[in-house]
Amino acid sequence: MEEELMNKKRPIISTGGRGPAAGEKKRLPMAARYAINAVLVLVVLVIGELMIDGGAITRYQSTVLEQVGVYIILAVSLNIATGYLGQLPLGHAGFMSVGAYGCAIFVMRMGDLLGVGMRDFTTGTPLSILIVIAGLVFGGLCAAIAGVIIGIPALRLKGDYLAIITLAFAEIIRVVMLNIDSVLGFTLTRGAKGLTGIPGYSSFLLVFGCVALVCFLIHTMMKSRHGRAILAIRDNEIAAEASGVNTTYYKTLAFVVSAFFAGVAGGLYAGCIGVLQPAYFGFMKSIEILVMVVLGGMGSMLGSALSATVLTILPEALRAFSEYRMIVYAVVLILVMIFRPQGLLGSYDFSLSRIIERVMNRDFPWKKKAESAAKEAAGEGVSADAER
Amino acid sequence: MDIFLSQVLNGLQLGSIYALVALGYTMVYGIILLLNFAHGDIIMVGAYVSWLVMAQLGLNPIIAILLSVVACTLVGVLIDKVAYAPLRNAPRLSILITAIGVSYFLENGAQLVFGADPKVVPAFTDVSTIKLGDIALSFPAVVTVLVTVVATIALTLLVQKSKLGKAMRAVSEDMGAARLMGINVNSTISFTFAVGSALAGIGAVLYAMAYTQASPTMGMMLGTKAFVAAVLGGIGSIPGAVVGGLIVGFAEMIVTWLGLSVWKDAVVFLLLIIVLIVKPTGIFGKTMSEKV
Amino acid sequence: MFENISRRQFVSGSAAAVAALGLVGCGGNGGNGGGSDDGTIKVGIMGPHSGDNAQYGLACLNGAQLYFDQLNADGGINGKEIKTFVYDEKGDATEAVNAYNSLVQNDGVTGIVGDVTTIPSIAVAQASVADNMPCVTPSATAADVVTYGTNTFRACVTDPVQGVVMAEFAAKQGYKNVATLYKTGDDYNEGVNKAFCEEAESQGITITTQESYSDGDVDFNTQITNILATNPDAILLPNYYNEDGMIVTQARQQGYDKVFLGVDGWSGIYGGSENYADAADLHDCYYCCAFSASNESEITKQFIEDYEAAYSETPTNFCALGYDAAMVLAGGLTAAEEAGLEAGSDDYKQAVIDGIFANTVDGVTGSISYEDNGDPVKSSLIITFAEDGSEVTFDTIEA
Repeated sequence: MEEELMNKKRPIISTGGRGPAAGEKKRLPMAARYAINAVLVLVVLVIGELMIDGGAITRYQSTVLEQVGVYIILAVSLNIATGYLGQLPLGHAGFMSVGAYGCAIFVMRMGDLLGVGMRDFTTGTPLSILIVIAGLVFGGLCAAIAGVIIGIPALRLKGDYLAIITLAFAEIIRVVMLNIDSVLGFTLTRGAKGLTGIPGYSSFLLVFGCVALVCFLIHTMMKSRHGRAILAIRDNEIAAEASGVNTTYYKTLAFVVSAFFAGVAGGLYAGCIGVLQPAYFGFMKSIEILVMVVLGGMGSMLGSALSATVLTILPEALRAFSEYRMIVYAVVLILVMIFRPQGLLGSYDFSLSRIIERVMNRDFPWKKKAESAAKEAAGEGVSADAER
Repeated sequence: MDIFLSQVLNGLQLGSIYALVALGYTMVYGIILLLNFAHGDIIMVGAYVSWLVMAQLGLNPIIAILLSVVACTLVGVLIDKVAYAPLRNAPRLSILITAIGVSYFLENGAQLVFGADPKVVPAFTDVSTIKLGDIALSFPAVVTVLVTVVATIALTLLVQKSKLGKAMRAVSEDMGAARLMGINVNSTISFTFAVGSALAGIGAVLYAMAYTQASPTMGMMLGTKAFVAAVLGGIGSIPGAVVGGLIVGFAEMIVTWLGLSVWKDAVVFLLLIIVLIVKPTGIFGKTMSEKV
Repeated sequence: MFENISRRQFVSGSAAAVAALGLVGCGGNGGNGGGSDDGTIKVGIMGPHSGDNAQYGLACLNGAQLYFDQLNADGGINGKEIKTFVYDEKGDATEAVNAYNSLVQNDGVTGIVGDVTTIPSIAVAQASVADNMPCVTPSATAADVVTYGTNTFRACVTDPVQGVVMAEFAAKQGYKNVATLYKTGDDYNEGVNKAFCEEAESQGITITTQESYSDGDVDFNTQITNILATNPDAILLPNYYNEDGMIVTQARQQGYDKVFLGVDGWSGIYGGSENYADAADLHDCYYCCAFSASNESEITKQFIEDYEAAYSETPTNFCALGYDAAMVLAGGLTAAEEAGLEAGSDDYKQAVIDGIFANTVDGVTGSISYEDNGDPVKSSLIITFAEDGSEVTFDTIEA
């Protein structure tokens, strides 16, 4: 079954660029797919920005939206390690904190050095934008380095042991963030005082630009040879190794990419709130991100993004509910695991191109009902999977 | 010299509590390979029961001790039946996430019911210090160490000598074969949870005696450290859990003694990481090869 | 379970963005940045009302709400009723910023009592500078909080001030050797400890050792053994009551029978909802605080009576600070209302701030006035415990 599915999918990917051949289903060329999606993202970004400028979205709403974006990046990045690699790291907040501190300190120091003031960051002068982008990359790299340091020993272990060792590393990161100043003898993280006065450089455009870019990069990575190797490891590590997949390399790769994007999200968070404190990035934060991934569907980027969105906005929309939020999270986590362990969306992912292709092929769900079961089994493995 | 003795006793007391909790982890993990994240929170339940019985109802400490242990046992078995039993054949990842959910549920439930402010458990006895020559030994410390020794011996006898212990060992060896041999696997697992949780109840009473406070999140750090202890010693091994608990307790004591207490948690976790890298099965653990 | 390779996820981000826009669009009601022309004055109260710091947030909320209720019963300000909007930020800086934005934009408040704890307060202070929104925090003690603009005030004294007060007290009492045991990872504890040690050493006191512990610790025996080995005359515990209670108990168990010094985190260690240490163990303990139920002054007595009538519990230090913070803000609002300015305008906000600077209020935690920044000039009480555990005012330290 497994192999059959893989074989059936291969032509979908490889014929994508060639256009419709005679007798085959009509397909969108690869370039067109990217173009459609790129235009869609641009349209959403422009509409959002116009709504903010025009006052249709208040600053309150746009701040919440920025947090939504940060959580989307966190969830989809954790999804690489949890959904695609099949491991359970419990230290995602640790990577987020490394990225947040790295980016914030970089931006503040560079701002001082190049004479860019707090206000320039909020209004967004060209130089400040450059610094922020460099800062985000720097934060991501810091987190990625932490990912390498943690990943190499941690990924020798599996399951529970991996969970607990990543938890341990995240706790160590927190303790280091708290006490590094007294060891170094100069001011870096300001420890328990909290890193304050971070310029508010995060904006709707920046955050959601990053969201789109991160989703795109993860998507292309997972569609590539590397992505397939990672999925192979998840499905059966021993078989993958026997087939010549360098499991250590690909496990570390997935882990490091996951850490990198968590670091970028941390950098965006720092610019959104303006204050960082090690205690914020505790075990609870890691669990919160995990809940988003598990609820949305492990292995589904759409699921992670959607549940990150809902779980960030819901407490804001229903403030009365906030007291019970944590307990509801816990019950949901248990119920989902018992009744739908693959998450609400499973591994289903939304694809605009697929819908367009269906329209092009006149292949509508209501039409299919009338057709024979045999044809369904032969033709549309994907939709059958999604409906299950 | 006096300082040395007192510090050793401090390390022993801390290590004993970790050891008691680690025993519960080890038993459950040994039998169904479940990392019971909620184990630390069962101790929290026990501490709150002690508080309810003594501070709210004003009953005798002995009743409080009994009720705490009974309540922990019931909660432990209930958690297994409600949350873990339906997932017996599910992937490990799902069970682990469920365990995190249960832990989260207990912590936040307690916060909702009792509030975030810690509750004070009244003293179980009027004796607070034992004078031994020049040094004053704290009474809870002495009791904690003694109870741990007794509990460990009793547990070892139970597992090694009794019929139920034999069944437990059989189930942990091979669940399917044990079932074929006519062992009631489900009731054996329930019994394991009951014993592990009863130990947590004893731990809760000792904790409440020594540290006098019950708070919703008290189980989290305690549980994590005890888990570290269980892994250090070799998860699934009873002497391993005790040795691991003592190692963690002494490591914390020594680091604090050296005036580096801010790095205490980091040192404990670093210890865990080193052990996991050098000998992933722990000090007393058996190496298991993976079946293809 | 996971047979399928995820496909074309590129769009999922944009899909989520659309969903997010939709959801938020429904959630808010398009607030308009203030303005109260319906005969009420809108005031926000924010703090952690659930979560780990809930006890402080709720105490401040009760105190502030009590003051505004009393003010409304007396006819409000300038004939206008005070309408309060209460937000829970769960002790989280992110939620605090959201709550602040929502208060300003959705509810259109003209002044805020909050935030309560340090880091969220700094986040709010940074966010509020651009609006010049008058904020009075009841209890954020870190020096940083009032430095971001002129619009943030506090009703309590800072960490350094408390550390200095206790160091001077220790010198006055003639303690020669003092040890400290404080929690790391928390600005409050570290700030007080640092200020105390610097001042104590300049007063000729020897700091024998500075021990520390981290969040969630319950076993202090090792640190206490270390401290007792240095044979100090007094031990400073600049922490919150629940941990101080445990430390006092464990130290007495180890046979220490000398002095403990503390700061306002001690408030509530005995006689509140719980007794965090035995009365017998609380001998020779002194802490500085702005408010004590043992205070004999008329205004304090009246406050305790009113508070007990309203909430049927004894008020704590935080309740009193919440009450006073509301009083400070109301003073500023009165000035702006009397000037007849349009609520929510820039002039109005500036008038509130000027009003707070110009005013001196007689609060239940002493007389409060502001000179050149948002730090109050006020007195402190030194409190100790009687044999039955009840608090006794030992001394009053003028500002």
